[in-house]
Amino acid sequence: MADLKINIGNLELKNPVMTASGTSGFAEELNDFYDVSALGAVLLKGITLKNRDGNPYPRMAETASGMLNAVGLQNKGVDYFIENIYPRIRNYNTNLIANINGSTVEDYIIVAEKVNELEDIAAVELNISCPNVKEGGMAFGISCPSAEAVTREVRNVCSKHLMVKLSPNVTDITEIAKAVEGQGADSVSLVNTFLGMAIDANKRKPLLSTITGGLSGPAIKPIALRMVWQVHKAVKIPVVGMGGIMNATDAIEFILAGASAVQVGTAIFKDPFIPVRIIDGINEYLNLHNFKSVAELVGNLEI
Amino acid sequence: MNKKEVREFIVVENKRLNKTNSLIRIKSQAEIPKIKPGQFMNIEISNCNEIFLRRPFSVFEVDQSNNVISIIVKVLGRGSAKLAEIGIGEKLSVIFPLGKEFTLPDKKDKILLIGGGSGTAPMLFLAKESGLTPENVHILLGARTEDDHIDVSEYQQYGIIHYSTDDGSLGEKGFVTQHSVFRNNLKSFDRIYACGPDAMMKAVAKNAREAGVFCEVSLENLMACGFGVCLCCIEPTTRGNLCVCTEGPVFNINELKWQI
Repeated sequence: MADLKINIGNLELKNPVMTASGTSGFAEELNDFYDVSALGAVLLKGITLKNRDGNPYPRMAETASGMLNAVGLQNKGVDYFIENIYPRIRNYNTNLIANINGSTVEDYIIVAEKVNELEDIAAVELNISCPNVKEGGMAFGISCPSAEAVTREVRNVCSKHLMVKLSPNVTDITEIAKAVEGQGADSVSLVNTFLGMAIDANKRKPLLSTITGGLSGPAIKPIALRMVWQVHKAVKIPVVGMGGIMNATDAIEFILAGASAVQVGTAIFKDPFIPVRIIDGINEYLNLHNFKSVAELVGNLEI
Repeated sequence: MNKKEVREFIVVENKRLNKTNSLIRIKSQAEIPKIKPGQFMNIEISNCNEIFLRRPFSVFEVDQSNNVISIIVKVLGRGSAKLAEIGIGEKLSVIFPLGKEFTLPDKKDKILLIGGGSGTAPMLFLAKESGLTPENVHILLGARTEDDHIDVSEYQQYGIIHYSTDDGSLGEKGFVTQHSVFRNNLKSFDRIYACGPDAMMKAVAKNAREAGVFCEVSLENLMACGFGVCLCCIEPTTRGNLCVCTEGPVFNINELKWQI
């Protein structure tokens, strides 16, 4: 058995496989299938300051090798999370990472302060890349000054590991990554979904209520992989890679490109066991290629 | 305890029922958990990425002693079309059991089950499991023409079957809500259950509400995961936007925010 443990800054993971925010609920839904303690971390569904109903139905469209979603951060707000959900999940034996969102910098600060008080939340993922909300969300993540501002303010109130989730909908993702690194981010996770669109030609109507939505799944993998590689070269903080990972080989490609860990997202919709199989597959790969630990693999791309 | 699972089944039967519907029976090597009327399964159609997501199907019949589950596949798009062509002996990955079941009637209730299109399967399953004597179970099935109806004569032992067709080729002409069993004395039923196209269920719900009769409908909103993590299949309700896959697919009409 190879050593699957990996540290992302001060965050210790038993293995490099996390489940992505918005694809694994609040961990309970996955725990209905298997013990989530198998996972390196679970990124919880995005939390906002107040209740959000999300966008109207339809919010989803299947596309070639993937899907579009326009959920729009439906959640019951941070206080509901703390009072009702957190007590049920806090004893799961995995790293629970809160994904925080806001319409304004002030929103982000308040949510971060509240989540920072929760003993059994291992880290905070600062989401500045949601493409499906009218205010805030991705708007913070597509310019360096706004990404810097929100990261700086959240850093001030957050003593936990701070991971910043980046949007791929930018000209140069390395500039944003460097900007948040400069404001004290402990790691960056990338990529969130690509802004996309689907049309029903017969009805001459968009398939999503919001017209545009976020594209995920294997369709985006090569672009996500390229971005992870670029960011890995541009920053010193650890990179968490995601985008269309469906199996262990995909995950290993991201790790070779420079990701210290990966997040599995849309694949879970197809089969909630995929993250667990990826953990086993990485172990097999390490044994087959005579690596003692997964840490040896990070960025170990021969060019 | 793990309550849901992903399991591989083997196709043991694929029978064409009519132009658009096929009956598919799948068998597991291991014991299958108790599945209730209204619950569904999310089935992986193929490992090709063109049909990326699973497709949800209501459970039609369960043969507990042989570990066999049946579904009726109505061809609506590329996913169902591909599934309808599956061969005997092929494997299917199934996530199940999913969703909440219909509220079973009380012992002395008289019930009306209304099925349209792919909504027929769960209605027949409920008829079988209702625990009522057949004269208290009325099954009203609607379709465009006789050719769209499947043979449900086997279900006469569980209830009285009524048909409606748009063209009058089988049973009464018109929509299910124009059928005499629906129009005459709807209040004589203690419970109404419906599954089918949105317009049909809304028309049923409107009449049930006016008559003050308990009514549950089973929704078919588009979904990605089927187990409550993607938040795509939401339905606006009195409790907010709820996932049809976990909080439904069965809803009491009083919970829904339908403009009817």
